[in-house]
Amino acid sequence: MAHATPSQTIGPYWHLLLEPSWADLTRFGATGEVITLEGQITDGAGALVTDACVEIWQTSPPISETFDGFGRSRTDMNGMFHFKTIRPGPTPGLGNAQQAPHLALTILARGITKALMTRVYFEGDDGQDTDPVLNLIEDPKRRATLIAKKTSEGSYRTDICLQGPAETVFLDV
Amino acid sequence: MSDPVPFRPYAAGSQPDYNAPTYGSTALRHPSQPLLRVPHSLTETTGPQHDAARYPKRDMLTQVAGAPRESMGQRIVVEGHVTDEDGRPVPNTMIEIWMANAAGRYHHEGDQHDAPLDEHFDGAGRVFTDANGHYRYVAIKPGAYPWRNHHNAWRPNHIHYSLFGAGFASRLITQMYFEGDPLLALDPIYNSIPDPAARLRMVADLDIGLTEPEWALGYRFNVVLRGRGATPFEEPGEH
Repeated sequence: MAHATPSQTIGPYWHLLLEPSWADLTRFGATGEVITLEGQITDGAGALVTDACVEIWQTSPPISETFDGFGRSRTDMNGMFHFKTIRPGPTPGLGNAQQAPHLALTILARGITKALMTRVYFEGDDGQDTDPVLNLIEDPKRRATLIAKKTSEGSYRTDICLQGPAETVFLDV
Repeated sequence: MSDPVPFRPYAAGSQPDYNAPTYGSTALRHPSQPLLRVPHSLTETTGPQHDAARYPKRDMLTQVAGAPRESMGQRIVVEGHVTDEDGRPVPNTMIEIWMANAAGRYHHEGDQHDAPLDEHFDGAGRVFTDANGHYRYVAIKPGAYPWRNHHNAWRPNHIHYSLFGAGFASRLITQMYFEGDPLLALDPIYNSIPDPAARLRMVADLDIGLTEPEWALGYRFNVVLRGRGATPFEEPGEH
């Protein structure tokens, strides 16, 4: 059996790939409830992370001709990323479990040696009390790092801290 | 509905730690808490499948649209096979590539290295594997360049790669290096992989069979993405 090729950092110059339109997951004509998700990334010293590549993937709504479930955003000079997408619904977990609505979110950047993965849930959604991933996190303060705050109707914000007391929960996927 | 087949854990030593002390930028950007191990649901076992019709290929990096001449530098043909850990080809998957120019400078405002830019080279490409997992593109050999990680630090010649594979859990960002580069032994990023045998999987070999006589040198770079396995999920929790 061959082993997987090792991961390396995406480095500071990945923007050569950047297509700003990819941050809009409705760009192929998806219909549904449009939401926005934004957030700020900071490092272990509280400094803004302005060179990150942030990617999201969602399996709900179902993948179709008009919705491919994938988005990419850079962080800007304020360390902010911005996405526009369709609100996800609950999805099946393992066995009979149901997962609360969520997105997978990956951070790639200079100084990050392999994809740093987390999830984004949405404040106020049903099913979070029984969500199989959220329930693995005992500390309520840490668990809250995976739940984006509602800033206005249809708009959410999730700030991501790479290291330190407010560190986001990252996943071993 | 039956559960999706999870991806296998990576082999020990085959992947870098987030905290790589000789690579300075990791110091404030690595998680200090243990990662939360999660079972693989559809969120992890499936991933974006890019439609080649919507993501046009750019496999001739030596020719920028509208440029009156070819890029400066030594032409190379890079060909390879993308498989999973069980040797199964990964077909129709998007590969993104980006690289410095022949002088070792990126077409990027953040790169202030005092080396010439080539207005006929932007260093960005995109290809898809075919039905059997093969890909190919034409580029120039990127130059080595200094970086400020430590005194007199130089990155070996390399080409950046981004691959998706079958699931979001198989997302891979890596770098292709060149056989015989003496800078490899000195590079903290290359050496952030604990297992020396695993490092070699990032090194492309000169393949005289791929070389196009009188035109371009050929390099072979095969990529192995994470495989699936029915490894039972251990006790969940933070560990």
